[in-house]
Amino acid sequence: MYFAKELLEQSSTLRKKWEDEVRKVVAKNPDQKPERLWTTVSDLPIKRLYAPEDIKDMNFAEDISYPGQFPFIRGNQVTGYRGKYWTFRMFSGMGDAKTTNERWHLLLKEGQTGLSTAFDFPTLMGYDSDSPKARGECGKCGVAIDTLEDFMQLIDGVPMDKVTTSMTINPPATALWAMYCAAAQIRGIPLDKIGGTIQNDMLKEFIAQKTLMCPPEPSVKLISDTVEFGTKYVPRWNTISISGYHIREAGSTAVQELAFTLRDGMEYVEDVLRRKGLDIDSFATRLSFFYNSHIDFFEEIAKLRAARRIWAKAMRDRYKAKDPRSWWMRFHTQTAGCSLTAQQPYNNVVRTATEALAAVLGGTQSLHTNSLDEVLCLPSDHAVQIALRTQQIIAEETGVANTIDPLAGSYFIEALTNEMEQQAWDYIHKIDEMGGMVAAIEKGFPQLEISDAAYKFQRQIDAGEKIMVGVNKYVSEQVEPIPFLEIDDTVETEQIERLNAVRRKRDNKAVKKCLDDLRNACKKGENVMPYCIEAVKELASVQEICDVYREVYGEYRDPGLY
Amino acid sequence: MAKRKIRVMVAKPGLDGHDRGARVLARCFRDAGYEVIYTGCHQTPEQIAAAAIQEDVDMVGLSCLSGAHRYLFPAVKKLLVEKGADDIVVVGGGIIPDQDFQYLYDNGIKEIFTPGATLESIVKWVNENVKPRN
Amino acid sequence: MEKTDKIRAGDVREASRLIRSIEDSVPEAKSAIKHIYPFTGKAQVIGITGSPGAGKSTLVDGLIECFRKTGKTVGVLAVDPTSPFTGGAILGDRIRMQRHAEDAGVFVRSLATRGALGGLSKAVGDAIHVMDAMGKDVILVETVGSGQQEVEIINHAHTVLVVLIPGMGDEIQAIKAGIMEIADVFVINKADREGSGKLQREIMAMLDMSPIPAGGWRPPIVKIGNAFDPAEFEKGLEELTTKILDHREYLINHNLLGDRIRRKRTHELNEALREAILEPVLNLLVSSGELDRMLDRLQKKEVDPYTLAEEVAKKHLTGCV
Ligand SMILES: Nc1nc2c(ncn2[C@@H]2O[C@H](COP(=O)(O)OP(=O)(O)O)[C@@H](O)[C@H]2O)c(=O)[nH]1
Ligand SMILES: [Mg+2]
Repeated sequence: MYFAKELLEQSSTLRKKWEDEVRKVVAKNPDQKPERLWTTVSDLPIKRLYAPEDIKDMNFAEDISYPGQFPFIRGNQVTGYRGKYWTFRMFSGMGDAKTTNERWHLLLKEGQTGLSTAFDFPTLMGYDSDSPKARGECGKCGVAIDTLEDFMQLIDGVPMDKVTTSMTINPPATALWAMYCAAAQIRGIPLDKIGGTIQNDMLKEFIAQKTLMCPPEPSVKLISDTVEFGTKYVPRWNTISISGYHIREAGSTAVQELAFTLRDGMEYVEDVLRRKGLDIDSFATRLSFFYNSHIDFFEEIAKLRAARRIWAKAMRDRYKAKDPRSWWMRFHTQTAGCSLTAQQPYNNVVRTATEALAAVLGGTQSLHTNSLDEVLCLPSDHAVQIALRTQQIIAEETGVANTIDPLAGSYFIEALTNEMEQQAWDYIHKIDEMGGMVAAIEKGFPQLEISDAAYKFQRQIDAGEKIMVGVNKYVSEQVEPIPFLEIDDTVETEQIERLNAVRRKRDNKAVKKCLDDLRNACKKGENVMPYCIEAVKELASVQEICDVYREVYGEYRDPGLY
Repeated sequence: MAKRKIRVMVAKPGLDGHDRGARVLARCFRDAGYEVIYTGCHQTPEQIAAAAIQEDVDMVGLSCLSGAHRYLFPAVKKLLVEKGADDIVVVGGGIIPDQDFQYLYDNGIKEIFTPGATLESIVKWVNENVKPRN
Repeated sequence: MEKTDKIRAGDVREASRLIRSIEDSVPEAKSAIKHIYPFTGKAQVIGITGSPGAGKSTLVDGLIECFRKTGKTVGVLAVDPTSPFTGGAILGDRIRMQRHAEDAGVFVRSLATRGALGGLSKAVGDAIHVMDAMGKDVILVETVGSGQQEVEIINHAHTVLVVLIPGMGDEIQAIKAGIMEIADVFVINKADREGSGKLQREIMAMLDMSPIPAGGWRPPIVKIGNAFDPAEFEKGLEELTTKILDHREYLINHNLLGDRIRRKRTHELNEALREAILEPVLNLLVSSGELDRMLDRLQKKEVDPYTLAEEVAKKHLTGCV
């Protein structure tokens, strides 16, 4: 028992007294809204008060313990943020490689400590800039990369052995990671010296974000290839960033984000174990996670704490990992894009700051803070700077980094953490029963759970049961114009010209041979990574590589569940 | 004779897969009593226009969050007009900056719904502005 | 008539608008059907039925591809249920077929059931005529529901595919419930999954229970593997299209195609008679208050329904009785 018997008895007596008082007061001054509306943004009911009874069944050693010790709820690092703050990692990319490279240098100068790449939609979907499907999209929401030439321009002047780089890329992850590896080799940097992350998480694409290319089964195979390649040759690389961010943006609840993300992680672990026969402790550290930090402050803190504990238990008990480092859940966090509003955009600074604070109190190891104008357009330099400064203020001024996991032991936080963990396990077990995440996705289970939550939330907003300031309450007619960054259409024409120039100058026979080799590797089930690296070095394009996958593995289209 | 039913299409042109808004809207239209044809993500303007005509819808609602709306929305409208379906109302939604509104209106987009528009207001607009054909 | 000519020339817009009018029971639609009726009867109509999520739409998408490869033009009527609460519907079948959207040889039209029983839309019969008159060689009709309900499809299709998937305990129940008699071909979808062998054995056992006369048609069972594996899916589809052709040949060789067509005509005539005779009479009874009075008399046991019906017939259907 977590508390001594005497304390619980005392608490029970005092509680009765308080409850009587509450009844009296409420009879005279009713609460501002009915009981059912005191909920989190995810609609989790919250009690008026939490007290020792709410956490009396906890076991200190198994459930809380100390930083750097199982279950890591208090963090992986024994020194907390004193040794090192989280990585200030702002996601950026727009237009062509040169423009993005300039933004990167600006951010590094301003004190950003890690890079993070946003690619445009054609690149994300594995199409070249001149594909008919890419019309109107080139460079719009991120940087356009077609071949290694663009990539070399992108990382120009970036110290690849010092700065870690994250690349938000999913179906074409093998191609883009191959470019990073090839670029390092060309610069003479050994692969075991480069560090970074590729998102490379296809399950959440099927569940939420719909960046689709091949069916689930071969998609997971390609991911296992990268895990294997990383384990053998690029040990500082996180070959997958298992993402709840997009699940949440698609409208899930916090618990769904937690459950689906962790169950995705388990699916990848199981696939690598089965397909590659690697030892769990040899690759567990290749896996990293990526969460959303939404506006409901305590719910987010509890979610991140629960996530660490669930993963530690799963790795230790379900997959029998022996090395405690395999039990760590390392993760990046981004504040919630979907919590921002186009109305009264300056309010977004406050939202982002609150969400960033929750992420830090939840113990994140890396953080992106959204810019106030991100719901409207690509962030301007000034807006990005405010977002970065938000993190710096939290780290250096507020004092929240002084002590580790400062909210531990709070009746409310611990009770909420326990409850969210329990609900997440319920989902995880349900998905186990369905035969795993791939099977659940084929049934449309997570997709429809999220759809239901998103629809319910929208209805609640419409009914005024949930509030978004400036949208359904405190609405003002006055518009606050904000400076605007737009990518013009010349980016598209110039990028296509560059691509055509590469096609003219490269050795097209060599490209064809590399792609044939890759095709054979796919058919034989070999690891594709070495073939991708050869292909990109011969200046094969992202689409040329992805077309091989589409040809061999089949093309997967949005099943359009609603 | 029974009252004619409103038929609408909810479509996602372009490459972005952020379909939260589109799916919420599809459900909302169903609950408003319309027949809704949902196309799923990653549709080309050509696919959308062809489907709209085959399905004989009264309205096509396009959702785009990738910034490519300036190309995609007018392209759908233009194809519909070319195929003689100029009576099909085309509306758009997503992340559309204010300064693009006029350009879209000029290219035949009848209304633009930005984030924050309530479901109720959208249904009200459709009821007032989209008449099932007779 | 101009409209008819346009439809016969394959004009999609004209055709889809007519189907819309049929759905909405617009009076002019009926006269349009009268005009196109002489030009119907050429298309091969294939019904596809099975429980929700069985992969029917995915299968239809594959069949479209197969028929297009042989140069045939294809019409698809995809029926989804109307919500009984709101009267609205999300029609999602065509999502799986969108890759054919731009193919001029393919016309996909979604229909909502609008409360019609039997898993079909009331408009489906006339919509088939429209596509037929357009010159579509093959018309695929995907219907909703499982079990007893969907037998309606046999009134419209020459060949009925019943789609089943392994691992759904209620499938065999559904077979017992009446689907058995309507299947010309059984399709086991997602046959890469565990339990497909078991399902196949169960269907065979059930087929064995009703002996087939010599030279009769024993519904074949086609297994179709993972639809996401291009090679596997294609192999299954090839076998399925062969069986569909076999069935058509069987019907022709045994002079049974005529029977099927006659069944469709009978159904149509029944529907038309109901509309032309029963409905006007009912409307009259309602508007004149006669129906209420009749109900009152029934309530008081002054009379029985049969006598009442005979009275109505005597009064309104002169010449019949
Ligand atoms: N695993 C697997 N999934 C399939 C297969 N065929 C269809 N599906 C999926 O099953 C779901 C339902 O398919 P759909 O064709 O819409 O079924 P319908 O409701 O019967 O029309 C979709 O998500 C399809 O992608 C298959 O062969 N294997
Ligand atoms: Mg279907």
